[in-house]
Amino acid sequence: MTAQVRTFLALCSRDLWVTVRREPAGFLIQALLQPLFFLFVFGRVLPDIGAAQGSYGTQLLPGIMSLTLVLTALQNTALPLVIEFSFTREIEDRLLAPIAVPWVGAQKMLIAALRAIVAAALILPLGALILPGGIDLHHVAWGALLLVAVFGSLTAAAMGLVLGTVVQPARISIMFALILTPLIFTGATFYPWHALERLRWFQVVTLFNPMTYVSEGMRASLTTAAHLGSGWIVLGIGVAFVLFWALGLWGFMRRAVA
Amino acid sequence: MSVAGEIVQVSGLRKRYRAEGPEAVAGIDFTVREGEIFGLLGPNGAGKTTTIGVMTTRVKPTGGTVLVDGHDVTREPVEVKRRIAVVPQLSNLDRSLSAIENLTFHAAYFGAGRRERRERALELLDRFGLRERAKDQVGRYSGGMAQRLMIARALMHQPRILFLDEPTTGLDPQSRLFLWETMLDLRTRGTTLVLTTHDMAEADRLCDRIAIVDHGSIIALDTPRGLRTLLPAARGLELLVEGAETAVAVDRTAELTDVFGGLPGVEKADVADAGDERWRIRLYGEGDDLPAAALAATGRAGLALIELRRLEGSLEEVFVHLTGRDMR
Ligand SMILES: Nc1ncnc2c1ncn2[C@@H]1O[C@H](COP(=O)(O)OP(=O)(O)O)[C@@H](O)[C@H]1O
Ligand SMILES: [Mg+2]
Repeated sequence: MTAQVRTFLALCSRDLWVTVRREPAGFLIQALLQPLFFLFVFGRVLPDIGAAQGSYGTQLLPGIMSLTLVLTALQNTALPLVIEFSFTREIEDRLLAPIAVPWVGAQKMLIAALRAIVAAALILPLGALILPGGIDLHHVAWGALLLVAVFGSLTAAAMGLVLGTVVQPARISIMFALILTPLIFTGATFYPWHALERLRWFQVVTLFNPMTYVSEGMRASLTTAAHLGSGWIVLGIGVAFVLFWALGLWGFMRRAVA
Repeated sequence: MSVAGEIVQVSGLRKRYRAEGPEAVAGIDFTVREGEIFGLLGPNGAGKTTTIGVMTTRVKPTGGTVLVDGHDVTREPVEVKRRIAVVPQLSNLDRSLSAIENLTFHAAYFGAGRRERRERALELLDRFGLRERAKDQVGRYSGGMAQRLMIARALMHQPRILFLDEPTTGLDPQSRLFLWETMLDLRTRGTTLVLTTHDMAEADRLCDRIAIVDHGSIIALDTPRGLRTLLPAARGLELLVEGAETAVAVDRTAELTDVFGGLPGVEKADVADAGDERWRIRLYGEGDDLPAAALAATGRAGLALIELRRLEGSLEEVFVHLTGRDMR
């Protein structure tokens, strides 16, 4: 094992230690509270009061998993990064560790992605409890699901890295408001992309949101319903992955070495 | 290329943070010798932190090179980071961790084994008087304690060079004294120290050599003693003499100026009436026999010597002389 790999693993173990030993409750609340309410209100309350069909839950679940995955990964890089670079300066000790600086950024993304995958996986049992029809796991393509989860969360973590390093710390809350809401509502979360056929312009708009491909990827691997073509899903996630990793690591380098 | 004994080599270093902005460091050269305490002394905004930043891989130079133990800071930052440790001006402790975890995780980043890092952490916590508070979250630490913990953390991986940015600014006198002793002790153990300060007394007491920095340039670099001789009239003697009563009223001041001004090696003599039949005489000039000659002249003039001391400017005077009186 080379020295830099050992340093990389030590940096990971610090983050895992903090997640598990210091703030497990905080992590779960931050990651799951919002999706829980979405699941409950859209998947349970609306069908119960007759404002949505009972089968809506089947379409909603993959969207909520995608939402949880993307938001958790994004927030788990962006927020700590802003705090550690600007206020607590905690990151300095890690930047001085004997490892190339981009790896410190990559490590942040890896841990955020891991947290996001755990949070998204927890949506499955929660869905089984909350949704009126429970969940149906007969048609799940587990391999595809895992791939979507891994690359979806890594892409979202990189989006967080871009936000956390490029945006001025004083403007981060404005940027969050400006970016998160459109991200959530144009990401094929609460509706399958396919169903937007009659709202063509909006359907096109959603294609610019990386989350759309993650949501459709989840839909494709969890259900038998119609979804965006698999090739497009792979292309969408692939392009966003490469783009945001390049931008994120570039931004991180700029922030880390003045 | 590394010259034996020179552990840091800075040549032609320049840094401009913004393309059209001013130069924070405007072309400086110096070397740090292995095992010495090297001080960067200068007013606020002089470029000290920037210089430390480049030497520690955190700031990218816009010109020149810096070698640490023969490794270029921009091309081989990992090799450089293995050899150094940094104690920054503001706390950057990991607030999600306890004090001891701050130390053990730091050592883990440097590849230390579990047992080794725990033993070393406990030993350093002991040495810095933090053993009792080892399990506290560092958010509860006072400024002085945080400072000591950051030094302990820096020592966890046994660096060859320790960089400290204004380590004693804002510390109470006890912590400051403790820190001075710690730094001198580290030098005894063979660690090279580079520190920045704007405190003359501190630089004077601790540093083997000092570079005075102002507006991004080094305006003087020498031992504390060498720097004092930069004052125009830094060398000479000061005598306090007492004269016996004389019947005839003569101008003793003028007379003494003539007597002492005529001594060999004296460039200028200032005589001031100190009252009470005493005179304070300052002799500017050089020469090993100056004290003996001055003593003899005192006797010949029928005066009694009360006090004799060598004139040496304080480092503070040197500093103000070189950097001016403007506030930054
Ligand atoms: N990150 C930065 N971005 C832009 N300017 C900076 C930055 N850091 C320092 N400076 C400027 O560079 C100059 C030197 O600063 P610094 O190295 O911190 O001086 P010192 O440590 O001697 O007080 C100052 O004019 C300061 O405003
Ligand atoms: Mg400074």
